[in-house]
Amino acid sequence: MDTGDTAWVLISTALVLFMTPGLAFFYGGMVRSKNVLGMLMYNFFAIGLIAVIWAVVGYSLAFGGDTAGGLIGNLDHVGLKDTGGGEGIPTIIFVAFQMTFAVITPALISGAVADRMKFSAWAVFIGIWSIVVYSPVAHWVWAAGGWIFEMEALDFAGGTVVHINAGAAALALILVLGRRNGWPNEPMPPHNLPFTLLGTGILMFGWFGFNAGSALAANEIAAVALMNTFLAGSAGMLGWLVVERIKDGHATTLGAASGVVAGLVAITPCAGFVSGLSPIVIGAIAGGLCFLAIQLKYKFRYDDSLDVIGVHLVGGIIGSVILGFFASTGANEGGRDGLFFGGGTALLIDQIVATLVTLAFSFVVSFVLAKVIDATIGLRVDPDAENAGLDTSQHAETAYAMAGRI
Amino acid sequence: MKLITAIVKPFKLDEVKEALKGEGVTGMTVSEVQGFGRQRGHTEVYRGAEYQIDFVPKVRLEIVADDADVARIIDVIVAAAKTDKIGDGKVWVTPVDSIVRIRTGERDGDAV
Repeated sequence: MDTGDTAWVLISTALVLFMTPGLAFFYGGMVRSKNVLGMLMYNFFAIGLIAVIWAVVGYSLAFGGDTAGGLIGNLDHVGLKDTGGGEGIPTIIFVAFQMTFAVITPALISGAVADRMKFSAWAVFIGIWSIVVYSPVAHWVWAAGGWIFEMEALDFAGGTVVHINAGAAALALILVLGRRNGWPNEPMPPHNLPFTLLGTGILMFGWFGFNAGSALAANEIAAVALMNTFLAGSAGMLGWLVVERIKDGHATTLGAASGVVAGLVAITPCAGFVSGLSPIVIGAIAGGLCFLAIQLKYKFRYDDSLDVIGVHLVGGIIGSVILGFFASTGANEGGRDGLFFGGGTALLIDQIVATLVTLAFSFVVSFVLAKVIDATIGLRVDPDAENAGLDTSQHAETAYAMAGRI
Repeated sequence: MKLITAIVKPFKLDEVKEALKGEGVTGMTVSEVQGFGRQRGHTEVYRGAEYQIDFVPKVRLEIVADDADVARIIDVIVAAAKTDKIGDGKVWVTPVDSIVRIRTGERDGDAV
C-alpha cells in the first residue's frame, strides 16, 4: 500500500464529488427562476441515489471479473463484498473514486431535460440507466477484460464512459420528452449567470481530481494530467470566446463558462496521454466547435435546453477522436502513439470505434428506457405544472422568497 | 393633495433623492420596476441565441404633496433625472382623496 498514492486518490474522490453540486449551479443559473430548485434537485438527488446503487450492484457490474466476452462484470462484489485490501491503494477508495464518476454522469444529462421532466421519472430513469448503461460501458472501457479495454482504445478519465455516454442519453431522452412549451419562440434566458460562473469554477477545481486522480497514483502522469486539464479548460474558454465574438459581436460570461467546460470535456479522455502544447490545441478546437455545435438545435429543432449534446456529446467525441492524433508514449509509456506522433492510424481507428459503439449503445438503450417510462409513469409534467415551474409543482418549494414573505 | 409618481433611470435615483431633500421634501417611497416606453427594450445574447428583452429596469418614486408644492417638485425631479437620452422616464400627478398618518391619526393636510 502506497500512502502517497492513497492520499491523492482520497483527495481526488472528494474533488470529483464536489463537481456534482458545481454542475447543479452551472445548470441552475441557466434556467428560469421557477425551475432552479428542480434543476438543483436533479443533480443533488443523483448523489443520493447513484451512490447507493453503485455500492450495492453498480461497482460489481462495472469492475467485477468479466463474464461475457468483455460486455459486463460479474456479481462477485455485490454489496461491496471482497473490497478489502488492495494493491497500491485500498480497493475501497477505488470503489469510492469510481462512485463519484457514476454519480456525475447521469447528472450531466439533466441539462437537456430542464424545466419539463417529472422528478419521479428522472429518479427512475437515472437509477435504471446507471445499471444498464453506465456500468456496462465503464466495464468495456476501464475494467480488465472489457472489450474496449482489451482493444486498447484509450480513455483516460471518461470521454466515452462519461461524456459521450451522457450526451447520447440526453439526445435520446429529449427526443422522447419533446420540447419545452414555448421553445424556441418564447425567450427563456438564464436567471442567474453568477451561479453559472460559480458552478464553472467548482467544476474546473473538481476536474483536477477527475483527470489527475484518474492516474490513481501521486506521480508524474497525474501531474501531467493536471497541467493538461488546466490548459485545455483555459484554451477552451479562449476558443469559444473568439468564435462567439466574431459571430455575435460580444464575448459573454456564459460563453466563457461554456468554453471552459467544452475544453475540459475534450481533454478528459486525453488527460494522461498527451503533453506539451497538445492540450491547448485540443481545448481551443473544442471551445470553438462546441459553440458552433450548439447552434444545430435551432436548425433541427430539438430542445437540448442547456446544451448537453452540444458540449458533452460533441466535446466528448472531439476529445476521444482527437486523441488518435495527439496521444504520445512520451507523455505516458502505458499509452499509445497517435497519428502525429508516429503511431499511424491504428489508434485513431480504435478511438473512432470506441466512440461510435458507446454513442450507439447509450442512445438505443436510453431511448428504449425513456419510451418505457413514458408509457408507464409518464416522463413529463403536465402543462400547468410546466407553466408554474418545477419548484412548486415537483417539490412544493420556492427558491427565492419574494418581498412580503418576511 | 396630490400623488406624484415618477419613473426614472435607476442610476439617477440618488441625484433625484438629494435634489428633493434639498427642496424640503420629507418623504418618498421607492420601488424597483420594469417596463418600456418609446425606448423599447434591448437585445441580449445567450450562447448565440438573441433575445429581445422588452422590459427594462426602472425605479418608481412616489411622493404625496400639497397642491402648492407640486409644480416645484416636478421641476426638481425632471431637472435631476434628465440625461437627454431616450429612456429618461416620466412624471405624472394624480389627485389624492385623503391621507392618514398611522402613528398619530393626523389627517389630510397635516399628514402630508
